[in-house]
Amino acid sequence: MLLIKNGRVIDPARGTDAKLNIWVDGDRIARIGPAEAPERPASPNGQTLDATGLVVAPGFIDLHCHLREPGGESSETVETGTRAAARGGFTAVCPMPNTRPVNDNASVTRAVMERAAAVASTRVWPIGAVSLGSRGEALAEIGAMQKAGIVAVSDDGRPIASAKLLRQVMDYCRALDLPVIDHCEDASLFAGAVMREGRQSVRLGLRGMPAATESIAVARDIQVTELTGCRFHVAHLSSRASLDLVRTAKKRGLQVSCEVTPHHFTLCDEDVVYDARFKMNPPLTSSEDRTALIEGLADGAVDSIATDHAPHEAATKEVEFDRAPFGVTGFETALALALELVHSGRLSLVRMVELFTTGPARVLGRKRSIAPGEPADLTLFSTDQPWTFHAKESASKSTNTPFDGRKFRGAPMATVVAGRIMYRRDA
Amino acid sequence: MAERLRDLLSIEELTAAQIAFLLDEAKPFQEFQRYPLKKLATLRGKTVALAFFEASTRTRISFATAASRLGADTMNLQAESSSLKKGESLLDTARTLDAMKPDCIVMRHSSSGAADFVARHLDIPVINAGDGTHEHPTQALLDALTIRDRRGSMENLNVTIIGDILHSRVARSNLHLLGKFGCRFTLCGPPMWLPREFECLGKQIRRSSRVEDALEGADAVIVLRVQQERLHEPALPLDEYILLYQLTPERLKIARPGALVLHPGPMIRGLEIDPAVADGPQSCVLEQVTNGLAVRMAILFVMIATGSETDDAKGSAHAAH
Repeated sequence: MLLIKNGRVIDPARGTDAKLNIWVDGDRIARIGPAEAPERPASPNGQTLDATGLVVAPGFIDLHCHLREPGGESSETVETGTRAAARGGFTAVCPMPNTRPVNDNASVTRAVMERAAAVASTRVWPIGAVSLGSRGEALAEIGAMQKAGIVAVSDDGRPIASAKLLRQVMDYCRALDLPVIDHCEDASLFAGAVMREGRQSVRLGLRGMPAATESIAVARDIQVTELTGCRFHVAHLSSRASLDLVRTAKKRGLQVSCEVTPHHFTLCDEDVVYDARFKMNPPLTSSEDRTALIEGLADGAVDSIATDHAPHEAATKEVEFDRAPFGVTGFETALALALELVHSGRLSLVRMVELFTTGPARVLGRKRSIAPGEPADLTLFSTDQPWTFHAKESASKSTNTPFDGRKFRGAPMATVVAGRIMYRRDA
Repeated sequence: MAERLRDLLSIEELTAAQIAFLLDEAKPFQEFQRYPLKKLATLRGKTVALAFFEASTRTRISFATAASRLGADTMNLQAESSSLKKGESLLDTARTLDAMKPDCIVMRHSSSGAADFVARHLDIPVINAGDGTHEHPTQALLDALTIRDRRGSMENLNVTIIGDILHSRVARSNLHLLGKFGCRFTLCGPPMWLPREFECLGKQIRRSSRVEDALEGADAVIVLRVQQERLHEPALPLDEYILLYQLTPERLKIARPGALVLHPGPMIRGLEIDPAVADGPQSCVLEQVTNGLAVRMAILFVMIATGSETDDAKGSAHAAH
């Protein structure tokens, strides 16, 4: 029996925002009661988490990450990646299928699930490939992967190659009730580019891609969504134009959703220097587009904050900017970066919690709430704990983050997954 | 003396005073190129590493000659023989060079920011001899020296730059340098090589896609090399470029009388420039080359020579070798 006492419980699904005690029995929430009520005596082997001054939220879900296992264990593993995720307050993460081999069949999915069962600090909900090898040709074994545990499909790292393939996979996934996630990008505009096109790319002499690189693909995908009636989710959306398309699609009643990463709502192309820790795809956006993303986070056009945690070992990133791989790590800084928006008054705390919990759950067709009988996945965080992020102290195997040394206010304090405390920060 | 330079990575980061200082330092070395015995002992015992990861003839020879005339030894790394071809990372190659204890590294690389990246990881001075499509600081300095010599001043001029602006490190360095001295720019070239963001690189930069308009009132015209490898993206017929953008004697007449014509080389006669202009009295092309030596000698001198060695050695042209 675990008692989480005296916390400010925020549950967007039920509209709860009150000081409550939560009793957990096994892997489920047993009871919720007023904080002031006399404590039920803990059972002999019971634990107590004192959440005084902390927010207690449903467990955070990260819709988009790369755990690199199998095949990329020098930069991350299921074990190290999920440990970093738990330190970031996440209770469930969705690793993309671009591993080696690609997660395009049930045996790879099962291998990831078995690994997760043995060593993971969070739940692992894999995303399967759309096409075999994510090569954009034949469909992957989606039905078999779903039985093995995938929660969505994507060819992330690359866009879904053609409208025809997209139509096929959407027809297929509509029947399976799986969302299709696309890394939206027009390949011809993307070719050779390493950052967003604009004043900064011109100044630095780095090849830029226009915002339309993304929105052209979003427009295509939304039209195919309309054609098929499938659920469609835009990965790491990064421009006003793309967001406007999503807004319009939602108004028309299409099942379209999107996520925004912390690095996109925090930094912009003006921050890019010749350091590959500022290189990711989609690239850091213009400051105008960043403003649009923040508006979308606040007003509901954006459904989820997702990290796109993309670890790369140091040697691959410590090269010329244009030769470095795309991607930055993100698990451990996501909440603190989102809290920056809360502190500056651009995002409400409740809305922020929604973006980490009920928002991503809805994308996956799931529910997320703090109620008796629900899985005991809970994230406890402080909104004002001061701390400094040091990449070398990260649980991730990689340190490719632009936020090394950044000072924060507010941090994850404890992460409870299936009733077990998987991370606890020393106050 | 102006603030001491640790590295020379870009013109953008220099102040007008630092630039003027470097050009003043180049003055005696200009004179020196006319001496019969071109050898100083200023940097005797010093070593300059020439790390040209991207093929280069003139800039490499210019730096090598500048080092040699100052009495320094050179270490040469060339793209063809580079261990990069064997898969070594730039950082490892740079660290290996550094371990041979040169006094500075002169670096040319096809990636923008490569010199900046190496400078961040090494303690010795790094001189950027051209990085991708970012900057080519010594080219801009030698252009400025040439313009200042011919006109007596490089302030508040009308400068027209013609060619593939987008992919030109020479254009960027010149915009930053001459912009710090109040020059007004007109950039001219095929529109896809002329994004409007270039206007943000300075206060007085405008774009024009008609060369006749761009040349009006020009005091100096910088003609850029057409990098033929760029022509395929997208396909721009060569004849089209010649027809619309070649600097011809007729077009040069639109500029101010006596307007200077500069070209960073290598120059392709009959493509971006008419031979009559290249060889005409307004052309500064060969002076640019000679001034390149003077500027590079000044930079090596300023960045490597220290303390008491510096003052007496400079100008004593017949110091023993």
